[in-house]
Amino acid sequence: MIEASGLRKSFAAKAGAEVEAVRGIDVVVRRGEAFGFLGPNGAGKSSTMRMVAAVSPVSGGTLRILGLDPAVDGPKIRARIGVCPQEDTLDTELNVRDNLYIYGRYFGLPRAEVRQRVDELLEFVQLTEKASAKVEDLSGGMKRRLSIARSLINRPEVLLLDEPTTGLDPQARHVVWDRLFRLKQQGVTLVLTTHYMDEAEQLCDRLVVMDKGLIVAEGSPLELIRTYSTREVAELRFAPADGHSGELEAIAPKVQDLAERVEVLPDRLLLYSADGEETVAKVHERGLDPAVSLVRRSTLEDVFLRLTGRTLVD
Amino acid sequence: MQRLDVRRAARMSDYWAVAYRRTWRGSAISSFVVPLLYILAMGVLLGGFVKGDPDKLEGATSYLSFVAPGMLAAQSMTTVFGEVTYPVMGMIKWHRSFYGMIATPLGVPDIVFAHLGFVVFRVTLVSAVFLAVMAPFGVFESVPGVLVAFLVQPLIGLAFAAPLYALTAALRNESGFALVFRLGMIPMFLFSGAFFPVSNLDRWMEVLAKFTPLWHGVDLTRMLVLGRVDASLALVHVAYLGALALLGWVLATRLLHRRLTD
Repeated sequence: MIEASGLRKSFAAKAGAEVEAVRGIDVVVRRGEAFGFLGPNGAGKSSTMRMVAAVSPVSGGTLRILGLDPAVDGPKIRARIGVCPQEDTLDTELNVRDNLYIYGRYFGLPRAEVRQRVDELLEFVQLTEKASAKVEDLSGGMKRRLSIARSLINRPEVLLLDEPTTGLDPQARHVVWDRLFRLKQQGVTLVLTTHYMDEAEQLCDRLVVMDKGLIVAEGSPLELIRTYSTREVAELRFAPADGHSGELEAIAPKVQDLAERVEVLPDRLLLYSADGEETVAKVHERGLDPAVSLVRRSTLEDVFLRLTGRTLVD
Repeated sequence: MQRLDVRRAARMSDYWAVAYRRTWRGSAISSFVVPLLYILAMGVLLGGFVKGDPDKLEGATSYLSFVAPGMLAAQSMTTVFGEVTYPVMGMIKWHRSFYGMIATPLGVPDIVFAHLGFVVFRVTLVSAVFLAVMAPFGVFESVPGVLVAFLVQPLIGLAFAAPLYALTAALRNESGFALVFRLGMIPMFLFSGAFFPVSNLDRWMEVLAKFTPLWHGVDLTRMLVLGRVDASLALVHVAYLGALALLGWVLATRLLHRRLTD
């Protein structure tokens, strides 16, 4: 469905300098799968999505969407894909139904056909009762569902979603995930970006982790956890002894050999190992007495933080 | 950049129809009332103090018949300022609906073409209302002239709309519009011959006034309504306005494309 090799995107910045947002990535998305781009802010996810949406021209490398070259067949590609952008681009002054109607017309669909699809889609995203409401009066979750409905008006083969649930409350997120899962069952190829790891684990068959414009890891959520983390993580907190700072730094070397990897956080130690309970037991055997110990499974979040670091990215 | 496809651009007519259906009532009332107020205040009441000397009024027999065509052309300009500046910035920045549009098969050239088409429709409509309001005041000297003057208004509109569209696409935010209105639209409105003959201005100001697109629009409209057409000068007007429209159109498409796709 989508094939990119050596794909690059650079922007002209101030003073004639160039900023490379995407620095040569290879991606293949197959029909019917749900594919995720993960990465911190500024990793190049949105730039990649805008190129795949056949909106932003490619700066280097090759890109084929549905076998077509976006530089030549942009309108043909866009006729067959759906795009749900990160920031809503709905017409806030029009009502819900009109937003869908005019969007269907942009694709050149006959008026009667559009009207029928609008009714179906309103049903699908549970907005039938809001059909006559103005968009500016909708909640964030409803707007997002409307954006998704709008991106489906042309019955796309591929649906691109840029951070589909950012800013939504948990209920709204679950409704969106549910709708996306149904689309996947119907055979729509999903391509999404997210920085929510639970979202990626819920939705994606395969994903890539991007950092600073490059792909740093690729695979299914399970494969990534296996490759870049351990099965379990033991989180140990110690009672503060006389306000003694740097205590965790002092404890870390003593348990270094008990886990595949030990990470020191300001308030706790993370011990990555195959069997967390066993590791905790061994820690106790060494005469160390953590105030709280918690054993949990590794998640994509561990993978993500390992690959892209804990430093804040703006 | 993909090319203009007029049939694809025509798909946007539904957008403009839906958007206009929402606002037409308000604009219909103002496009009827405002010309009436202007004609009464400027043409009839203020004009009552002006001696109707055709030698001093570019051939008009009364101030009313001098000022009415001038105001028609000026209205074509002010309508466009309202239709292009803030609405276009809104579609770029505030509700970002342009980004929704370019995610479909529509391209920037289609979007600009359709939008300018809507502006032409609006100018045509308000001009028709203005002429209907003018008619009872007996200022039409030549009926064919009036019809041609009517057809000329969309050209005047485009001569402003297209360059303004380009300017809006190039501006980072709306703060520049205050200057555009105060130092662009209002001085043109006041000094481009709509309310008094530009020959009354200082020589250098007269030359300056004659470079403004509004003067070309006003002079063209007035000579047609008064039935005193100077064919070669009319041709200059049409060429000047047409060139502005064409240049602005090309620029608007390029600048908006750059703004939206980078």
